[in-house]
Amino acid sequence: MSVIYQKTYNVEKDDYANAGLVSSLIKQSLRTIGVSSAVSRRVAVAVYEAEINMIIHAYGGTITLEISDDGAIRLIASDLGPGIPDIQKALTPGFSTASKKAMELGFGAGMGLPNIKRNADEFHIESSPAGTVLDLKFQERE
Amino acid sequence: MKVSEMIEKTGFKTVVPGEDREVNGVYCGDLLSWVMGNGQPEQAWITVQSHLNVIAVAVLREFSCIVLAENAEFPEEVIERAKNEGLTLLYSDLPVYETAVRLFKAGV
Repeated sequence: MSVIYQKTYNVEKDDYANAGLVSSLIKQSLRTIGVSSAVSRRVAVAVYEAEINMIIHAYGGTITLEISDDGAIRLIASDLGPGIPDIQKALTPGFSTASKKAMELGFGAGMGLPNIKRNADEFHIESSPAGTVLDLKFQERE
Repeated sequence: MKVSEMIEKTGFKTVVPGEDREVNGVYCGDLLSWVMGNGQPEQAWITVQSHLNVIAVAVLREFSCIVLAENAEFPEEVIERAKNEGLTLLYSDLPVYETAVRLFKAGV
């Protein structure tokens, strides 16, 4: 298995106005190369939540899309910190540490990581004060 | 039902006339991740959130249109983004519940 496509996108801290842009671009790329709408939608939701997390909680970061010759789709969302102190809590639906500003905009439902986990076929997360890395894989479901 | 027929039956005011998509059902919600996690393609989305990110959510979730309830207003930048995306934006002067009821009575 080898990677036949790779692209990295930047996400800036507090850039609420552009939240969803990377997700939209990735979804378009996937549809263009013929990935099913069901898988494209799941990837798009995961990317959107990862973008929002970087904008609200992190000091920005990058999202990389990789497609392998066997059709596997991999997303790596890597931010610049400050890290998630308790990953289990962060994975609990409804748990949020979002700011008042974020909440007023309708963010901070505490559904970000749970939505990502539900939509990905493989979900791996690592976090330290230096940053959080999400490694996700997607494939067609029966 | 198409969005155009839905507008005719409900009388909601058109802010941006987008693509005339199919409407199958309604989703109500203002917490964006909740909407992202639970909304379905072709639904009309009723919300009181009017900032730029609602356009991103609606496009990614493939909603048919956004109905902004309770007399809220979209800022100009949001209207421009919706135009670029071909997304229909509507105003309802009713509260969220009554807005949903009107859609239900219209057969959505």
